[in-house]
Amino acid sequence: MKPEDQREYQRRQQSRAIAMAIVLGAFVILFFAISIAKMN
Amino acid sequence: MKANTIVTTNSLTEIQPLAADWRDFLALTKPRVMTLVVFTGLCGMLAAPHGIHPVLAFTAILCIALGAGAAAALNQWYESDIDALMKRTASRPLPAGRMDRQSALHFGVGLGAFSVLLMGLAVNLLSAAILAVSILFYVLVYTVWLKRRTPQNIVIGGAAGAFPPLIGWAAATGSVALLPALLFALIFLWTPPHFWALSLFVRSDYANAGVPMLPVVAGVRATRVQIMLYTLPMVAVAIAPWPLGLTGAIYGGTAVLLSAIFLALALRVGFNTETDQAAMKPERRLFWFSIIYLFGMFGALVADRLVLA
Repeated sequence: MKPEDQREYQRRQQSRAIAMAIVLGAFVILFFAISIAKMN
Repeated sequence: MKANTIVTTNSLTEIQPLAADWRDFLALTKPRVMTLVVFTGLCGMLAAPHGIHPVLAFTAILCIALGAGAAAALNQWYESDIDALMKRTASRPLPAGRMDRQSALHFGVGLGAFSVLLMGLAVNLLSAAILAVSILFYVLVYTVWLKRRTPQNIVIGGAAGAFPPLIGWAAATGSVALLPALLFALIFLWTPPHFWALSLFVRSDYANAGVPMLPVVAGVRATRVQIMLYTLPMVAVAIAPWPLGLTGAIYGGTAVLLSAIFLALALRVGFNTETDQAAMKPERRLFWFSIIYLFGMFGALVADRLVLA
Protein backbone atom coordinates (compact mmCIF):
# COMPACT_ATOMS: atom_id res chain seq x y z
CA MET A 1 0.00 0.00 0.00
CA LYS A 2 1.35 3.42 -0.97
CA PRO A 3 1.88 6.00 1.83
CA GLU A 4 -0.98 8.18 0.52
CA ASP A 5 -3.30 5.13 0.43
CA GLN A 6 -2.22 4.29 3.98
CA ARG A 7 -3.06 7.82 5.14
CA GLU A 8 -6.45 7.74 3.39
CA TYR A 9 -7.17 4.31 4.89
CA GLN A 10 -6.37 5.56 8.40
CA ARG A 11 -8.41 8.73 7.87
CA ARG A 12 -11.47 6.69 6.91
CA GLN A 13 -10.97 4.26 9.80
CA GLN A 14 -10.77 7.20 12.19
CA SER A 15 -13.92 8.87 10.79
CA ARG A 16 -15.81 5.55 11.04
CA ALA A 17 -14.62 5.05 14.62
CA ILE A 18 -15.82 8.54 15.59
CA ALA A 19 -19.20 8.00 13.87
CA MET A 20 -19.60 4.62 15.64
CA ALA A 21 -18.75 6.19 19.02
CA ILE A 22 -21.40 8.89 18.51
CA VAL A 23 -24.02 6.29 17.48
CA LEU A 24 -23.22 4.05 20.48
CA GLY A 25 -23.35 7.03 22.84
CA ALA A 26 -26.73 8.05 21.43
CA PHE A 27 -28.08 4.50 21.92
CA VAL A 28 -26.87 4.41 25.53
CA ILE A 29 -28.92 7.58 26.17
CA LEU A 30 -31.90 6.15 24.22
CA PHE A 31 -31.90 2.84 26.13
CA PHE A 32 -31.75 4.72 29.43
CA ALA A 33 -34.71 6.89 28.33
CA ILE A 34 -36.66 3.79 27.18
CA SER A 35 -36.06 2.14 30.58
CA ILE A 36 -37.38 5.21 32.40
CA ALA A 37 -40.41 5.43 30.05
CA LYS A 38 -41.20 1.71 30.52
CA MET A 39 -40.93 1.97 34.32
CA ASN A 40 -43.39 4.86 34.29
CA MET B 1 -12.13 4.89 -8.81
CA LYS B 2 -8.36 5.12 -8.31
CA ALA B 3 -8.68 7.07 -5.07
CA ASN B 4 -11.04 4.43 -3.66
CA THR B 5 -9.16 1.24 -4.48
CA ILE B 6 -5.92 -0.44 -3.46
CA VAL B 7 -3.98 -3.41 -4.84
CA THR B 8 -3.86 -6.13 -2.19
CA THR B 9 -0.51 -7.58 -1.22
CA ASN B 10 -1.48 -11.22 -1.85
CA SER B 11 -2.62 -10.70 -5.42
CA LEU B 12 -1.55 -8.03 -7.87
CA THR B 13 -4.65 -8.60 -9.99
CA GLU B 14 -7.24 -8.40 -7.20
CA ILE B 15 -8.55 -4.88 -6.62
CA GLN B 16 -10.40 -4.18 -3.38
CA PRO B 17 -12.10 -0.98 -2.21
CA LEU B 18 -10.60 1.02 0.63
CA ALA B 19 -12.51 0.87 3.91
CA ALA B 20 -15.74 2.72 3.19
CA ASP B 21 -16.38 6.13 4.70
CA TRP B 22 -19.29 6.50 7.15
CA ARG B 23 -20.99 8.72 4.54
CA ASP B 24 -21.09 5.72 2.20
CA PHE B 25 -22.92 3.67 4.84
CA LEU B 26 -25.37 6.54 5.23
CA ALA B 27 -25.84 6.71 1.43
CA LEU B 28 -26.52 2.95 1.45
CA THR B 29 -29.69 3.59 3.49
CA LYS B 30 -31.19 5.86 0.74
CA PRO B 31 -31.86 8.80 3.13
CA ARG B 32 -34.18 10.60 0.68
CA VAL B 33 -36.49 7.59 0.34
CA MET B 34 -36.29 7.16 4.12
CA THR B 35 -37.72 10.68 4.56
CA LEU B 36 -41.03 9.63 3.00
CA VAL B 37 -41.06 6.34 4.92
CA VAL B 38 -40.46 8.12 8.25
CA PHE B 39 -43.06 10.77 7.45
CA THR B 40 -45.81 8.26 6.58
CA GLY B 41 -44.91 6.16 9.64
CA LEU B 42 -45.08 9.22 11.89
CA CYS B 43 -48.42 10.27 10.40
CA GLY B 44 -49.81 6.75 10.92
CA MET B 45 -48.78 7.03 14.57
CA LEU B 46 -50.21 10.55 15.01
CA ALA B 47 -53.50 9.53 13.36
CA ALA B 48 -54.00 6.73 15.90
CA PRO B 49 -56.64 7.32 18.58
CA HIS B 50 -54.32 6.39 21.48
CA GLY B 51 -51.31 8.41 22.54
CA ILE B 52 -47.89 6.88 23.07
CA HIS B 53 -45.04 7.96 25.36
CA PRO B 54 -42.82 10.42 23.40
CA VAL B 55 -39.67 8.35 24.03
CA LEU B 56 -41.38 5.19 22.74
CA ALA B 57 -42.81 7.15 19.80
CA PHE B 58 -39.30 8.37 18.92
CA THR B 59 -37.98 4.81 19.27
CA ALA B 60 -40.72 3.45 16.98
CA ILE B 61 -39.97 6.05 14.30
CA LEU B 62 -36.23 5.38 14.66
CA CYS B 63 -36.89 1.65 14.19
CA ILE B 64 -38.96 2.33 11.06
CA ALA B 65 -36.10 4.48 9.69
CA LEU B 66 -33.46 1.86 10.55
CA GLY B 67 -35.60 -0.91 9.03
CA ALA B 68 -36.07 1.11 5.83
CA GLY B 69 -32.32 1.79 5.76
CA ALA B 70 -31.57 -1.91 6.20
CA ALA B 71 -33.92 -2.85 3.36
CA ALA B 72 -32.30 -0.21 1.12
CA ALA B 73 -28.79 -1.46 1.98
CA LEU B 74 -29.72 -5.08 1.20
CA ASN B 75 -31.43 -3.94 -2.01
CA GLN B 76 -28.21 -2.20 -3.12
CA TRP B 77 -26.11 -5.20 -2.05
CA TYR B 78 -28.18 -7.49 -4.29
CA GLU B 79 -28.50 -5.05 -7.20
CA SER B 80 -24.97 -3.64 -7.40
CA ASP B 81 -24.50 -5.27 -10.83
CA ILE B 82 -27.51 -3.55 -12.44
CA ASP B 83 -26.93 -0.31 -10.49
CA ALA B 84 -23.56 -0.06 -12.25
CA LEU B 85 -25.35 -0.10 -15.62
CA MET B 86 -27.76 2.77 -14.89
CA LYS B 87 -26.77 6.46 -14.88
CA ARG B 88 -29.18 7.19 -12.02
CA THR B 89 -27.56 4.62 -9.71
CA ALA B 90 -23.98 4.25 -10.95
CA SER B 91 -22.59 6.64 -8.33
CA ARG B 92 -23.95 4.60 -5.38
CA PRO B 93 -21.25 3.30 -2.98
CA LEU B 94 -21.13 -0.30 -4.32
CA PRO B 95 -21.15 0.26 -8.12
CA ALA B 96 -18.78 3.23 -7.68
CA GLY B 97 -16.31 0.96 -5.87
CA ARG B 98 -16.31 2.89 -2.59
CA MET B 99 -17.46 -0.12 -0.55
CA ASP B 100 -17.07 -3.91 -0.69
CA ARG B 101 -20.23 -6.06 -0.98
CA GLN B 102 -19.62 -7.96 2.25
CA SER B 103 -19.64 -4.73 4.30
CA ALA B 104 -22.97 -3.75 2.71
CA LEU B 105 -24.46 -7.19 3.45
CA HIS B 106 -23.31 -7.19 7.09
CA PHE B 107 -24.52 -3.61 7.55
CA GLY B 108 -27.96 -4.37 6.07
CA VAL B 109 -28.55 -7.61 8.00
CA GLY B 110 -27.26 -6.11 11.26
CA LEU B 111 -29.32 -2.94 10.94
CA GLY B 112 -32.49 -4.86 10.02
CA ALA B 113 -32.17 -7.34 12.90
CA PHE B 114 -31.40 -4.53 15.35
CA SER B 115 -34.40 -2.43 14.24
CA VAL B 116 -36.85 -5.34 14.64
CA LEU B 117 -35.36 -6.39 17.99
CA LEU B 118 -35.49 -2.85 19.37
CA MET B 119 -39.07 -2.37 18.14
CA GLY B 120 -40.14 -5.64 19.77
CA LEU B 121 -38.46 -4.92 23.10
CA ALA B 122 -39.23 -1.20 23.41
CA VAL B 123 -42.59 -0.76 21.63
CA ASN B 124 -44.68 -3.91 20.96
CA LEU B 125 -44.53 -7.24 19.16
CA LEU B 126 -47.15 -6.43 16.50
CA SER B 127 -45.25 -3.38 15.18
CA ALA B 128 -41.99 -5.41 15.27
CA ALA B 129 -43.64 -8.23 13.30
CA ILE B 130 -44.99 -5.84 10.62
CA LEU B 131 -41.58 -4.15 10.43
CA ALA B 132 -39.90 -7.54 9.92
CA VAL B 133 -42.44 -8.48 7.22
CA SER B 134 -41.90 -5.15 5.42
CA ILE B 135 -38.08 -5.57 5.37
CA LEU B 136 -38.31 -9.20 4.19
CA PHE B 137 -40.98 -8.30 1.61
CA TYR B 138 -38.84 -5.53 0.11
CA VAL B 139 -35.66 -7.60 0.04
CA LEU B 140 -36.91 -11.10 -0.82
CA VAL B 141 -40.20 -10.57 -2.69
CA TYR B 142 -39.43 -7.32 -4.54
CA THR B 143 -35.63 -7.23 -4.94
CA VAL B 144 -34.73 -10.90 -5.26
CA TRP B 145 -37.90 -12.45 -6.71
CA LEU B 146 -39.89 -9.90 -8.74
CA LYS B 147 -37.70 -7.03 -9.92
CA ARG B 148 -35.73 -8.91 -12.60
CA ARG B 149 -38.55 -11.27 -13.56
CA THR B 150 -41.80 -9.39 -14.20
CA PRO B 151 -43.05 -5.94 -15.26
CA GLN B 152 -45.49 -6.25 -12.34
CA ASN B 153 -42.47 -5.91 -10.00
CA ILE B 154 -43.42 -2.56 -8.52
CA VAL B 155 -47.15 -3.35 -8.36
CA ILE B 156 -46.63 -6.18 -5.86
CA GLY B 157 -43.34 -4.83 -4.51
CA GLY B 158 -45.06 -1.52 -3.77
CA ALA B 159 -46.63 -3.17 -0.74
CA ALA B 160 -43.25 -2.99 1.01
CA GLY B 161 -43.32 0.82 0.98
CA ALA B 162 -46.94 0.85 2.16
CA PHE B 163 -46.25 -0.69 5.58
CA PRO B 164 -44.92 2.38 7.54
CA PRO B 165 -48.32 3.97 8.42
CA LEU B 166 -49.50 0.52 9.52
CA ILE B 167 -46.39 0.13 11.69
CA GLY B 168 -46.84 3.63 13.15
CA TRP B 169 -50.48 2.92 14.00
CA ALA B 170 -49.61 -0.52 15.47
CA ALA B 171 -46.84 1.06 17.58
CA ALA B 172 -49.34 3.48 19.12
CA THR B 173 -52.32 1.13 19.57
CA GLY B 174 -50.98 -2.44 19.50
CA SER B 175 -53.58 -3.28 16.84
CA VAL B 176 -54.59 -2.46 13.24
CA ALA B 177 -57.84 -0.90 12.04
CA LEU B 178 -59.64 0.23 8.87
CA LEU B 179 -57.95 3.67 8.60
CA PRO B 180 -54.34 2.39 8.59
CA ALA B 181 -55.45 -0.35 6.17
CA LEU B 182 -56.76 2.37 3.82
CA LEU B 183 -53.47 4.29 4.23
CA PHE B 184 -51.66 1.07 3.29
CA ALA B 185 -53.89 0.72 0.22
CA LEU B 186 -53.29 4.38 -0.71
CA ILE B 187 -49.49 3.97 -0.85
CA PHE B 188 -49.87 0.55 -2.51
CA LEU B 189 -51.98 2.05 -5.34
CA TRP B 190 -49.88 5.25 -5.49
CA THR B 191 -46.65 3.32 -6.15
CA PRO B 192 -47.37 2.14 -9.75
CA PRO B 193 -48.23 5.60 -11.20
CA HIS B 194 -45.31 7.12 -9.27
CA PHE B 195 -42.70 4.60 -10.45
CA TRP B 196 -44.07 4.14 -13.96
CA ALA B 197 -43.93 7.91 -14.51
CA LEU B 198 -40.25 7.77 -13.51
CA SER B 199 -39.57 4.64 -15.56
CA LEU B 200 -41.02 6.31 -18.67
CA PHE B 201 -38.39 9.05 -18.74
CA VAL B 202 -35.48 6.81 -17.62
CA ARG B 203 -36.59 3.70 -19.54
CA SER B 204 -33.37 3.45 -21.58
CA ASP B 205 -31.51 3.05 -18.27
CA TYR B 206 -33.77 0.14 -17.28
CA ALA B 207 -33.51 -1.36 -20.77
CA ASN B 208 -29.68 -1.19 -20.66
CA ALA B 209 -29.69 -2.90 -17.25
CA GLY B 210 -32.15 -5.58 -18.41
CA VAL B 211 -34.77 -4.70 -15.78
CA PRO B 212 -38.22 -5.61 -17.14
CA MET B 213 -39.99 -2.38 -16.17
CA LEU B 214 -43.37 -1.92 -17.85
CA PRO B 215 -42.23 0.69 -20.47
CA VAL B 216 -39.37 -1.63 -21.50
CA VAL B 217 -41.57 -4.74 -21.81
CA ALA B 218 -45.02 -3.42 -22.82
CA GLY B 219 -44.08 -0.08 -24.38
CA VAL B 220 -44.72 3.59 -23.62
CA ARG B 221 -48.38 3.63 -24.68
CA ALA B 222 -49.40 0.66 -22.50
CA THR B 223 -47.57 2.17 -19.51
CA ARG B 224 -49.42 5.47 -19.90
CA VAL B 225 -52.76 3.63 -19.98
CA GLN B 226 -51.78 1.67 -16.84
CA ILE B 227 -50.86 4.92 -15.06
CA MET B 228 -54.37 6.26 -15.74
CA LEU B 229 -56.02 2.99 -14.70
CA TYR B 230 -54.14 2.74 -11.39
CA THR B 231 -54.83 6.40 -10.59
CA LEU B 232 -58.61 5.78 -10.50
CA PRO B 233 -58.68 3.30 -7.57
CA MET B 234 -55.94 5.31 -5.87
CA VAL B 235 -58.16 8.41 -5.92
CA ALA B 236 -61.12 6.40 -4.59
CA VAL B 237 -59.05 4.97 -1.71
CA ALA B 238 -57.54 8.40 -0.97
CA ILE B 239 -60.96 10.03 -0.54
CA ALA B 240 -62.68 7.01 1.11
CA PRO B 241 -61.73 7.76 4.77
CA TRP B 242 -63.83 10.97 4.63
CA PRO B 243 -67.24 9.53 3.56
CA LEU B 244 -66.58 6.53 5.82
CA GLY B 245 -66.42 8.93 8.77
CA LEU B 246 -62.83 8.05 9.66
CA THR B 247 -61.56 11.60 9.07
CA GLY B 248 -62.95 15.14 8.98
CA ALA B 249 -63.36 17.79 6.31
CA ILE B 250 -59.72 18.99 6.43
CA TYR B 251 -58.52 15.61 5.20
CA GLY B 252 -61.55 15.20 2.90
CA GLY B 253 -61.12 18.59 1.22
CA THR B 254 -57.36 18.12 0.79
CA ALA B 255 -57.86 14.60 -0.57
CA VAL B 256 -60.42 15.79 -3.15
CA LEU B 257 -58.24 18.71 -4.27
CA LEU B 258 -54.90 16.87 -4.44
CA SER B 259 -56.46 13.78 -6.00
CA ALA B 260 -58.12 15.91 -8.68
CA ILE B 261 -54.72 17.42 -9.57
CA PHE B 262 -53.13 13.94 -9.55
CA LEU B 263 -55.88 12.63 -11.84
CA ALA B 264 -55.50 15.61 -14.22
CA LEU B 265 -51.73 15.04 -14.43
CA ALA B 266 -52.26 11.29 -14.97
CA LEU B 267 -54.72 12.05 -17.79
CA ARG B 268 -52.16 14.37 -19.40
CA VAL B 269 -49.64 11.53 -19.23
CA GLY B 270 -52.25 9.12 -20.60
CA PHE B 271 -52.95 11.28 -23.64
CA ASN B 272 -49.32 12.29 -24.22
CA THR B 273 -47.86 10.96 -27.47
CA GLU B 274 -44.25 12.09 -26.96
CA THR B 275 -41.74 9.22 -27.07
CA ASP B 276 -38.52 11.21 -26.63
CA GLN B 277 -37.45 10.72 -22.99
CA ALA B 278 -35.94 14.20 -22.72
CA ALA B 279 -39.23 15.82 -23.77
CA MET B 280 -41.54 13.91 -21.38
CA LYS B 281 -42.68 16.90 -19.33
CA PRO B 282 -46.09 15.48 -18.22
CA GLU B 283 -44.37 12.36 -16.89
CA ARG B 284 -41.81 14.43 -14.95
CA ARG B 285 -44.58 16.63 -13.55
CA LEU B 286 -46.59 13.60 -12.44
CA PHE B 287 -43.53 12.03 -10.81
CA TRP B 288 -42.64 15.13 -8.78
CA PHE B 289 -46.26 15.92 -7.93
CA SER B 290 -46.81 12.34 -6.74
CA ILE B 291 -44.20 12.93 -4.00
CA ILE B 292 -45.86 16.21 -2.97
CA TYR B 293 -49.23 14.41 -3.09
CA LEU B 294 -48.23 11.78 -0.55
CA PHE B 295 -46.70 14.36 1.80
CA GLY B 296 -49.84 16.51 1.40
CA MET B 297 -52.28 13.67 2.04
CA PHE B 298 -50.56 12.42 5.19
CA GLY B 299 -49.95 15.98 6.40
CA ALA B 300 -53.68 16.70 5.99
CA LEU B 301 -54.54 13.53 7.92
CA VAL B 302 -52.47 14.66 10.90
CA ALA B 303 -53.85 18.23 10.68
CA ASP B 304 -57.34 16.78 10.62
CA ARG B 305 -56.65 14.65 13.71
CA LEU B 306 -55.14 17.60 15.59
CA VAL B 307 -58.20 19.77 14.83
CA LEU B 308 -60.61 16.98 15.81
CA ALA B 309 -58.67 16.42 19.04
